[in-house]
Amino acid sequence: MVSSPSSTRIKVDDPVLPDQKTLLRFITCGSVDDGKSSLIGRVLFESGSVPDDQLVTLDTDSKKFGTQGAALDYALLVDGLSAEREQGITIDVAYRYFATSKRSFIVADTPGHEQYTRNMATGASNADLAIILVDARKGILPQTRRHSLIVSMVGVKNVIVAVNKMDLVDYSPFVFQAIEHAYHDIAKTLNIPNVIVIPVSAVAGDNIAAPSARTPWYNGPSLIEYLETVDVQSNASDAGFAMPVQWVNRPDSSFRGYSGLIASGRISPGDAITIVPGGREAIIDRIVTFDGDRDQAMTGQSVTLTLDREVDISRGDVISTISEPVSASKVVSTQVLWMSAEPLDPQKSYLAKLATTTVSALVKAPDTVLDVENYQDKVVEKVGINAIFKTRVSFDRLIAVAPYNNNRDLGSFILIDRLSNEVVALGLVDGLIPSDLGKARTRVTLTSLPFRHDPLKRSLMKTSSFALGTLLLGFIMWPLSLKWPPALYGFAIAEIFFFLVHELLWARARWGLAGEVKFLSAGEGI
Amino acid sequence: MSLSHLERLEAESIHILREVVAECEKPVMLYSIGKDSAVMLHLAQKAFFPGKLPFPLLHVDTTWKFREMIAFRNETARRIGAELLVHTNEEGLAQGITPFGAGSRTYTDVMKTEGLKQALNHYGFDAAFGGARRDEEKSRAKERVFSFRNAEHRWDPKNQRPEPWKLYNTRKKPGESIRVFPLSNWTEIDVWSYIAEQNIPVVPLYFAKPRPVVKRSGALIMVDDGRLPLEQGEVPEFKMVRFRTLGCYPLTGAVESEADTLDDIVTEMRESRSSERQGRLIDHDGAASMEKKKQEGYF
Ligand SMILES: Nc1nc2c(ncn2[C@@H]2O[C@H](COP(=O)(O)OP(=O)(O)O)[C@@H](O)[C@H]2O)c(=O)[nH]1
Ligand SMILES: [Mg+2]
Repeated sequence: MVSSPSSTRIKVDDPVLPDQKTLLRFITCGSVDDGKSSLIGRVLFESGSVPDDQLVTLDTDSKKFGTQGAALDYALLVDGLSAEREQGITIDVAYRYFATSKRSFIVADTPGHEQYTRNMATGASNADLAIILVDARKGILPQTRRHSLIVSMVGVKNVIVAVNKMDLVDYSPFVFQAIEHAYHDIAKTLNIPNVIVIPVSAVAGDNIAAPSARTPWYNGPSLIEYLETVDVQSNASDAGFAMPVQWVNRPDSSFRGYSGLIASGRISPGDAITIVPGGREAIIDRIVTFDGDRDQAMTGQSVTLTLDREVDISRGDVISTISEPVSASKVVSTQVLWMSAEPLDPQKSYLAKLATTTVSALVKAPDTVLDVENYQDKVVEKVGINAIFKTRVSFDRLIAVAPYNNNRDLGSFILIDRLSNEVVALGLVDGLIPSDLGKARTRVTLTSLPFRHDPLKRSLMKTSSFALGTLLLGFIMWPLSLKWPPALYGFAIAEIFFFLVHELLWARARWGLAGEVKFLSAGEGI
Repeated sequence: MSLSHLERLEAESIHILREVVAECEKPVMLYSIGKDSAVMLHLAQKAFFPGKLPFPLLHVDTTWKFREMIAFRNETARRIGAELLVHTNEEGLAQGITPFGAGSRTYTDVMKTEGLKQALNHYGFDAAFGGARRDEEKSRAKERVFSFRNAEHRWDPKNQRPEPWKLYNTRKKPGESIRVFPLSNWTEIDVWSYIAEQNIPVVPLYFAKPRPVVKRSGALIMVDDGRLPLEQGEVPEFKMVRFRTLGCYPLTGAVESEADTLDDIVTEMRESRSSERQGRLIDHDGAASMEKKKQEGYF
């Protein structure tokens, strides 16, 4: 996320106007009791986000359920379900909202219990950054590794490792450095590009809002300072335009619009588009919004597009630029997190929801799953809950799909059990596997001159090509008919046939209509 | 260039609204007349423009709403040309249940929760939009955007569906329904900033004005009509007040304030040290009261 131009001009100390602030979404994860909820509670408290009446409630709650004696137990600001308060654990993701003078934050406090890994993964899927907590006394635990794996799998590029409970190890730099080293190895294996390790104490408040005097050996930023300034790159905005059609807007016969959230790229009226799958083509006529038509729309916006002609488009189709069309496939290689107690059944037809399409899907049983202890493959008989593995998923028809790394919205899916309606897995597309049936229409680009709408040039070109063909035919038929006059009938028939072929070919050419010059090779349709 | 915080929230909410209309059979929007409903309605207008709302608005009327709310509700439905359904739990009325005497606990159960369930069952809605936000309350903070309810409208907080990315599983069995919260990720300040930015009409009760109030268990209760039983020696006093949240007038506390413009409200909120729900008497019955109400079918 790059800060908007207007906010970069403001001095750092000036509060940024709320409508210009950028938004950072992050999660906290790690093993049970590492102090995730306490840390978030502390961050909320330090950023002045806890209203007075909630502080009063916190005081009474701390005495009743708290684990910190008479002192405030910040975890109770976050653990909201009664079962959580009674058991002192986090069951489901808690979303909290706070803002500093520089940024707005949405934080998801995710559960540490292995049993609730799916809730952790849900939180991670939308995060720009993850705080992974490590208890200084315990060091890196299997759950730290599992969460790091899921975080890297869903493409979170920024990780803060908060080495917590430093107060319980006398703020020892040696304890800290050992954990820091060990974690850098994990980050390397998992290819997490941006990692910072910070020594903190959620309970004592060290290095949360300001550098702590008790860790003079640590020169890095405090946790909040880092959250406020870390540069998280938004993804996919420079990819080609793609918008999964969510809903066809037809209030009356005079209007037909295609609504959706733009998954990648930009679009303007006049741009040539193609519908994936299928390859039908059209030109964007208008970008319609409640606040008036727009000249342009981009990634992340919800818009309604109209086209210059009637095209058969329904929910699940993807509107994509002609120059860089989204691919379509029936079979994909994927990474899957299994979230159901019911093991994977390779015979069973699941429902896959990918962007706005829902299709039937078969999931191949993998031979191995990832071992979270060492990130090596491990042979298994059955795929059970929380297993992470690579496999191949086949859909019952061709759908628009892209590798997750190129396009998050078109590369992520959930699997649903048809009978129980339970979400049994989440998955990411690694790559597309060509299958004979799934072969899309081949497109041959003859030339790429950006011709805008120009009917005169088109007519001239069309006339010339027809004249040239007729002339050629004449050259062949003329000497023939001199020797044998009935050949003139043959000439007439050949001319009619040529006219037909000529029209068909031109009908497929975009040239001079608008957009870019494209020819489709005839006949290879799907 | 990237989208601002409010632009991102807007686009995501519109996506949620459209997802429900595309995948559910009979959606409805619970319209509670307050500022969150105003924003949700505005987002719905945007989502389905140039068409009208593809679903009706439902107001569960306890008969104890502020008069200005009812006037605003009718005016809004007329202005945007939406179909408005109003439902009141007539059995509850017949039993003489009021916000007094029987206590606010049964009142909320009967008039709001029961009334809502009656209306949903009566019309057979399979999805209902609500304007609740996760920042309002701790159990709300745990709720999914698509919140499943069984045939008895109960919420099972320990067994919620995973909701990764923007992938919402809307499949349900007969009788089951979904409550959908398009404003899940909005905060109170986002709502006001957006109202100011987009010029969204809201009930005038949000702006400070001299109003007749009495003080009860620490809260300022507005004497909106002759039905509020005054206790011995209680005399309504005119005070400059406004409301941060709107509900049934005998249960909604006003705050003393001079803020009579949107800008003043936003400024006041930034400086405020108390949460908006403080004025709602129903939340104080116990730390877990909202969670319990929600499990029983309250929004
Ligand atoms: N001494 C000390 N205790 C902590 C610290 N952070 C958390 N705790 C305690 O560790 C326990 C688990 O904390 P909690 O936040 O519930 O952990 P979670 O399971 O990761 O959410 C609680 O008793 C906390 O009070 C810390 O920095 N120092
Ligand atoms: Mg916790």
